[in-house]
Amino acid sequence: MTEETFQPKIIGFLCNWCSYRAADLAGTARMKYEPNVRIIRVMCSGRVDPSFILKALSMGADGVMIAGCHPGECHYLEQNYKTMRRFSMLKHTLRAMGIEDERVRLQWASAAEGGVLAKAINEMVEQVRSLGPLNWSEHWSENGRIEESIGNLLQEHEEAMEVPA
Amino acid sequence: MSEKVGVYICHCGSNIAGMVDVEEVARWAGENLNDVAVSRDYKFMCSSLGQELIEEDIKNEGLTRVVVGACSPHLHEKTFRNACEKGGLNPYLCQMASLREQISWVSTDKDRATEKSKALISGAVERVKLHEELQPTEVPVNPNTLVVGAGIAGIQSALELADAGHHVYLVEREPSIGGHMAQFDKTFPTLDCAACILTPRMSEVGDHPNITLLSYSEVEEVTGYVGNFHARLRKKARYVNEEDCTGCGICIEKCPKKVVDDVFEAGLGYRKAIYRPFPQAVPKFPVIDTESCIYFERGTCKACEKFCPTDAIDFEQKDTYIDLDVGNIVLATGYQIFDPTKIPQYGYGRLANVFTSLEFERLCNAAGPTEGKVVLRDGVTEPESVAIVHCVGSRDKRFNPHCSAICCMSALKFGHLVMEKTGAEVYSFYIDMRPIAKGYEEFYDRLLEEGMHFIRGRVAEVTDAARKPGEEGKLIVQAEDTLIGRQRRVPVDMVILMSALEPQSDARDVALQFGISCSMKGWFTERHPKLDPVATMTDGVFIAGTCQGPKDIPDSVAQGAAAAARVQGMVTIGTVEIEPVVATIHEELCSGCRICNTLCPFNAIDYDAEKEVSVINQALCKGCGTCIAACPAQAISGAHFSNGQILAELQGLLYDVFGSNGAKAPVETPEAVPA
Repeated sequence: MTEETFQPKIIGFLCNWCSYRAADLAGTARMKYEPNVRIIRVMCSGRVDPSFILKALSMGADGVMIAGCHPGECHYLEQNYKTMRRFSMLKHTLRAMGIEDERVRLQWASAAEGGVLAKAINEMVEQVRSLGPLNWSEHWSENGRIEESIGNLLQEHEEAMEVPA
Repeated sequence: MSEKVGVYICHCGSNIAGMVDVEEVARWAGENLNDVAVSRDYKFMCSSLGQELIEEDIKNEGLTRVVVGACSPHLHEKTFRNACEKGGLNPYLCQMASLREQISWVSTDKDRATEKSKALISGAVERVKLHEELQPTEVPVNPNTLVVGAGIAGIQSALELADAGHHVYLVEREPSIGGHMAQFDKTFPTLDCAACILTPRMSEVGDHPNITLLSYSEVEEVTGYVGNFHARLRKKARYVNEEDCTGCGICIEKCPKKVVDDVFEAGLGYRKAIYRPFPQAVPKFPVIDTESCIYFERGTCKACEKFCPTDAIDFEQKDTYIDLDVGNIVLATGYQIFDPTKIPQYGYGRLANVFTSLEFERLCNAAGPTEGKVVLRDGVTEPESVAIVHCVGSRDKRFNPHCSAICCMSALKFGHLVMEKTGAEVYSFYIDMRPIAKGYEEFYDRLLEEGMHFIRGRVAEVTDAARKPGEEGKLIVQAEDTLIGRQRRVPVDMVILMSALEPQSDARDVALQFGISCSMKGWFTERHPKLDPVATMTDGVFIAGTCQGPKDIPDSVAQGAAAAARVQGMVTIGTVEIEPVVATIHEELCSGCRICNTLCPFNAIDYDAEKEVSVINQALCKGCGTCIAACPAQAISGAHFSNGQILAELQGLLYDVFGSNGAKAPVETPEAVPA
């Protein structure tokens, strides 16, 4: 590994029941993977508000992974289907904002699939590494008003998200 | 008000300290992170001394928050929450960072592992500052239990509970209880007659004052939560009045319609249109199979009704629904047999004398279609040679990667029975012989002495195409004998395929219905594979027997009893604490858009038409948080997983890039997103 190798910062949102346990299993089984993904535990992948991903990217993350139970295996019956729907909207939003949608990844990993998760993390690190740094936070810092700009962004996003019932 | 956070980094012996510079992480956290009052590293945080460290610091240093960087929260979150509580701190003011499972065990570079540890600790510190004191709610536990599936595991569970004085509703979808074990002839390795040991237990279930047996019934709907489940059962119409029927069996005798019994006799025998699966069935009442009954087909016959001495036949009977309130549920729904026609080269269904293991069980059984005579499909000829093919559909990546656990021993049992009953030569084609439990290896030795032939190699083909003299009219089993490194063709009269154990075809639906998880294949997932094998992730729902994975009778019985013990514990204590991780809607922020109402799979969100806001029923809420993520007004907050907490953790995790892309500790608290 050379000094210059870009080490992307990736945030992982992992559901408590399947994917976080997959991470536990990957650890117990001593599967080696890149240490670039920093994991946040949520109860369900359905908890992941798409604005969390925008927030993560705006704060300096180079990529975000959402991991949950396989479709049909959700601990909360069907909430990962909602994640799936939100994820496609999220990718659409990112593209519209000029951000490569390969920076986000939705991964299914059951509690028994430590290997699947480890492999997905390695693949994603490689992928984001090839895309290079996002440096979104630097772009924001140019006008010197990070929080305000992020706030505006989130507000616009929420307005766009508001779907008639 | 600023919090006083205590940070504790565990060495876990060398498990963490071997890959992460724990002293550096502790030092760094103490010096760089805001509001950290104490930062220590310790050899084993989960030891009593480690826990006392936390307790003492809470008392002496006035800590208001605790962060433990150690193993996965799934392992020791409870331990450290308890430590906080002992120190006088609300247990929910503690947060763990998984330095072992997520860093030290999976990393290869010490510097990068240490850097990641700092990020995780930073995230945990930022998050824990926004934690709120939470109180678990206590709810009463209904003392009644629902046991689903009355095979040997379910029977064991029901009897254990009933004997302890608790009421059990035992549900079975077949007309009789007994499950697969009732179909078997002998059990390995003791060669006990299966019926002789099972039927006394079955009648015990039938007569037990504490067991309500609901056979020929299925669970339609389950709602509620631990301690307070409501189940709706559909009791299928038997067309026989259970109050009047004496079980004399005259109706079965007089019924003119004979059909192949695909279920209990595995397609080898016949039953009538009104039938009991087997003579010792519990309950003793027969059922009418409407698909074959002449009356249901043509509107005439009613032979059974005419001859019934107690007028128990009721052609007008309808399915009925039964509503039950129970505190706990034990699932013991069993397995099904792999369909060997999926491996066409083994010839099942095409070559008459290829049998499945279940068919052979019936063939051997003295109460079976041949009265226990081992004969070929023609019903008269005794085989002179028999091949047993192991691992049919198991240990095979195309079908099931798992080992079915019982087939080696069943094959040995079959070998013994064939030799005993017919004197035929028996060839066992195995991959590995796995007689792993008590008395099993001894049984294998016995079979070696009895002269059963063992050929190590997966069978390539079973064919009737003779190539050599001596093969005409025989089934030829071709396999590579891997011990001598040579192809072998063994001509035999009969082939038994040791079909894999698979999850029931509807296991996924059942898992969904009871809100538990299952593997990709459909085996139900236990809470912990080693330390909590019969509980599930859903409190109050337990699993026992082969629905969890392939296992033999002793293991199924042990699990049935274990599940009963867990239920008894709940019933004896009488109350259960429910995690306070639930969502709440802030009325003043709710616009009444009702987006959340349809999102909740547990129907926990109702619309209050008067106030024009949505309301969450917290007893039904399981805390997934999907509604929180969907609320456009951010009017829903989730306890312990609020937006503020998650975003603070996010900010902490990105401490080294946030804002300036330079390493610095975050100064400002996260923006005021409604909690």
